[in-house]
Amino acid sequence: MRLREAWLPLLLLAALGIAPLAGFAASYEMTLMARMMILAMAAVSLSFLVGGAGLASLGHAACLGVGAYAVVILDAHGITDALRVLPAAIGAASAFALLTGAIAIRTSGVHFIMITLAFGQMAFFTAASLSAYGGDDGTTLYSRTELAGTRLLENRLVFHYICLGALALTWAACAMLLASRFGRVLRAARENAQRVEAVGLAPYPFRLVGYVIAGGFGGVAGFLLANATEFVSPAILSWQRSGELLFMVILGGVGRLWGAILGALVFVLLETWLAELTPHWKIIFGPLLVVSVLLLRGGLSSLVAPRHG
Amino acid sequence: MTAQLLLVQVLNGLQLGILLFLVAAGLTLVFGVMDFINLAHGVQYMLGAYLGAWLAAAAGSFWWGLLLALPAALAAGLVLEVLVFRHLYARDHLSQVLATFGVILFLNEGVKLLWGASPLQVPIPPLLAGGIEIMPGLQYPIYRIAVLAAGIATAGGLWFLVDRTRAGMLVRAGATNAAMVSALGVDIGRLFTMVFAFGAMLAGFAGVLAGPIFSVEPGMGDNVLILAFVVIVIGGIGSIRGAFLAALLVGLIDTLGKSLMPDVMRLFLDASPARQTGAALASMLVYIAMAAILAFRPAGLFPVRAG
Amino acid sequence: MAEPLLRLADLRKHYGGLAVTDGVSLDVMPGEIHAVIGPNGAGKTTLIHEITGLVAPDSGQVVFAGRDITRLSRPARVRAGLARTFQITNVVAGFSALENVALAAQARVGSSFRFFRAATSEVALNEAALAVLAEVGLADRATVLAGALSHGEKRALEMAAALATRPRLLLLDEPLAGAGPEETARLIALLTRLKAAYTILLVEHDMQAVFALADRISVLVYGRIIATGTVAEIRGNAEVRAAYLGEDDA
Repeated sequence: MRLREAWLPLLLLAALGIAPLAGFAASYEMTLMARMMILAMAAVSLSFLVGGAGLASLGHAACLGVGAYAVVILDAHGITDALRVLPAAIGAASAFALLTGAIAIRTSGVHFIMITLAFGQMAFFTAASLSAYGGDDGTTLYSRTELAGTRLLENRLVFHYICLGALALTWAACAMLLASRFGRVLRAARENAQRVEAVGLAPYPFRLVGYVIAGGFGGVAGFLLANATEFVSPAILSWQRSGELLFMVILGGVGRLWGAILGALVFVLLETWLAELTPHWKIIFGPLLVVSVLLLRGGLSSLVAPRHG
Repeated sequence: MTAQLLLVQVLNGLQLGILLFLVAAGLTLVFGVMDFINLAHGVQYMLGAYLGAWLAAAAGSFWWGLLLALPAALAAGLVLEVLVFRHLYARDHLSQVLATFGVILFLNEGVKLLWGASPLQVPIPPLLAGGIEIMPGLQYPIYRIAVLAAGIATAGGLWFLVDRTRAGMLVRAGATNAAMVSALGVDIGRLFTMVFAFGAMLAGFAGVLAGPIFSVEPGMGDNVLILAFVVIVIGGIGSIRGAFLAALLVGLIDTLGKSLMPDVMRLFLDASPARQTGAALASMLVYIAMAAILAFRPAGLFPVRAG
Repeated sequence: MAEPLLRLADLRKHYGGLAVTDGVSLDVMPGEIHAVIGPNGAGKTTLIHEITGLVAPDSGQVVFAGRDITRLSRPARVRAGLARTFQITNVVAGFSALENVALAAQARVGSSFRFFRAATSEVALNEAALAVLAEVGLADRATVLAGALSHGEKRALEMAAALATRPRLLLLDEPLAGAGPEETARLIALLTRLKAAYTILLVEHDMQAVFALADRISVLVYGRIIATGTVAEIRGNAEVRAAYLGEDDA
C-alpha cells in the first residue's frame, strides 16, 4: 500500500477520533459510530480474505456471531471479565473458522461461496436452537463486559475509543499480514495458485491460516458488537449480514483494505438515513445495491484514489 | 417412533425434496449453462407463492391461481433477466452474488409492502382436501400426495426436455462448454433468456404448490434458496440428475432429522437438553451431510464439467 | 555408469480403453539435456503430468534422485528439486518480475509462515531474486509488472522462478511455444547457457531447437518410447523417420 493513498482512511479514523469531542456525543450518535467502527472492522477482515486471499466468503457473519454469543454465554455463567471473555471470543471464532475452513478451502470459486454460506446457516440454526439463550428471539446482555474488574466499557467515550483502536489495529494488522511473506503467498495464490505450487508451496495451509486469522478478527468484532448493542440474537449471524459485509467490501473496493472502512461507513450512514425515510428502506436499498454493482466497478475507493499504471 | 409415523415422515421428506428439486433445477441449469450464480432464485419461489395465493384469492379458485401464476412467474423472471441479470453474465461471481442479493432485499420488502408482513394462508383446493388411508389407521393428506405426484411428473417432463429434445441438447452442451455452443452458431443470449425464464417458472411453480402447506410470507424463499444451493452443490453443479437425487436426499435428511434427532439424543441425554441438542443437530444435519460429501468429492456427486 | 537423476519405470496410464502412457521407461542422466519429442497426441502432456504430479499413473514408478516420488504432491516434488515451466505462460501478472522470483526464493529459504515483516523489504530475498533475473537476462526489467512483459520475457521470467527454487532438474514444457523468430533465438541462447549448469528434461516441438540443444532424444509415439539416442542416432533411426519425421519431410 502506498502511503500516499492512505490519507483518506487516516482522515476517516481521525474524524471518528475527534467526533465525540467535537459535539457528536449524543447517545444515538455514539451508537451509530460504534456500529460503523465495528462493522468496518468486520469488513476489513473480510476484505483481507476476499481481496487478499481471494476467498469470497459468504459466511463471515458467523464468526461475528460466534464471538458475540461467546460474550452472552460466558456472561450467563458468571464469566464477565474481558481478559477472559475476549480471548474466548477470539478462540471460539477462530476454531469455527478452522473447522469450517478446513473443508471449505478444499473447494474453490462458486463452491466456496456456497459452502461458506451453508456453514454460516449452520451456525445460524445452532444459535436459533439455543433456547437457554433466547432461541430465535435472542438474549439481552444486562451489563457490558468488565475490563480487569472495572466497568470501563460502560463508559461511552472509553468504548468509542476502544472500538476505534480495534479498527485501526485490525486495519494495520491485516495490511502487515498481506505485505509479509505469508501474505505474498496468499496474494500470489489468489491470482495464480498453479504458480505457487510450481515454486514448491501448497496454497491450502496458507489459505486456511488466513481464514482462521480473519475469523479471529471477526470474533473481536462480535465481542464488541455484543457489548455495543447489549443484545445478541441469531440475526447477527444471518446470511443477510454476511451479504451486507460483502457489500461493504465491494462498495469500498476489493483489493484495498481501507476501502472496506469507507464501504462500512457509507453503508451504515445510508442504511440509517434510508431507515429514517421509510420503514421499507430495503426497497430503495436493494436497487441501489444492484446499481452500485453494475456501475461502480472499482468501488468507492477507486473514485477517491484511482489506481495508476 | 412407530413404523406409521416413520412412513409419514418419509413421505413428508420426499415431498420437501421434490419442492427443493423444482427450485434447484432452475438454479443448477442457470448456473451450469451461464456460469451465473443467482441468489435471487429463492425470491422467485416466494414470488410464485404470493402470486398463486393472490390470484387464487382473486379468482376464487386455487386452480385459476396456479394457471395464472405460472405465466406471471415466467414474466417476472423475464423482466428480471432483462433489467438486471443479463448485465451480470460477464461479471465475476462476487458481483453476481451482490447484485442478486440486492434483488432479494427489494423483492422481500416489495411483497411486504404489497401484501403485508403477516403470512398469507392458502386454502387447500376442495378437490384435494382431506386424507386417504395409506396404511390401516393412517391418514395422509391428499394434497401432499398430489404435490409429490406433480413434482415427480414435472421431474419426468424435465428429464425428457433436457435429455431428449434439441433445446435440451443445447442446454446440456451449454452446461459442458458454453463457448463451443456459441461457436457453433447458436444464439447463446436467447438460450440464456429461455433457460432463465423457464427456471424462474419452475421455482414459481414450486412456490404455488408450497402455498397451502407452508405459510406464504416475506423471506420464505431465503431458506429454500440455501437448501437448494446445498442440493446443487451436493448433486454437482449443472447436473439435473444430481439435483434430483440430492434434493430427495436433502429433503429426507432434513425432515427425518428434525423428527428423529431429539429421540436419538434421548439415548444420551435428559429430556430437555436432548430436545435442544436434537433440534440444533437436526438443523445442521444437511450441512454436515454436504460437508461430508464435499470432503470426499469436492465437485459433488455428479460433476458435469471436467477438471 | 552414474545413477540417473530421473528415472521413469514402466509408467502406464489408461483413459477408458485408450493407453495414453503405455509402458514408458526413460532415464535422465545428471548434466544432460534430454529431449522428449513426439507428434501431437503422442501423450507428451500426460507424461509431463505424471512427472510433475498432476496425474497419477495407473502403474509404474517415477524415481527422482534415488527417491520414489510417484505419489508425492506437486509442491513436494518441486521442493525435492524438480522444477518446471509451463507450456502456457504462467506468471503472477500482478507481481513485479522481481517479486515473482522472490516468491520462489522465499519458498526455498526458511518458512513462508512469516507474518510480521514486509516481504519486499527482505534484502536477502531480493538479492537472490535479482541474481537469478540477471542469469536469464531480465535484471533491468525487475520492477516491471510481470503482466506487462513481452511473451519471450515472461518465458524467461518463468525460468528464473524455476531456477530460484535451486532445482536439480528443470522440466521445460515447450519453452519455445508461441515465440516469434527473434524471441526463439534469444530463448535458445538462454537455454544454451542454462545447459552448462543444469540437468534439463526438454519437451519441445521445434525440431531445429531440439537437435541443436539436446544431448539425447527420446521419441514418444502413441504412449510408447519408440527410440532413445543421440541426435545422430535419432536422425538415422528408420522407425522414427517413418513414425514422425516422415510427416515433417512430406
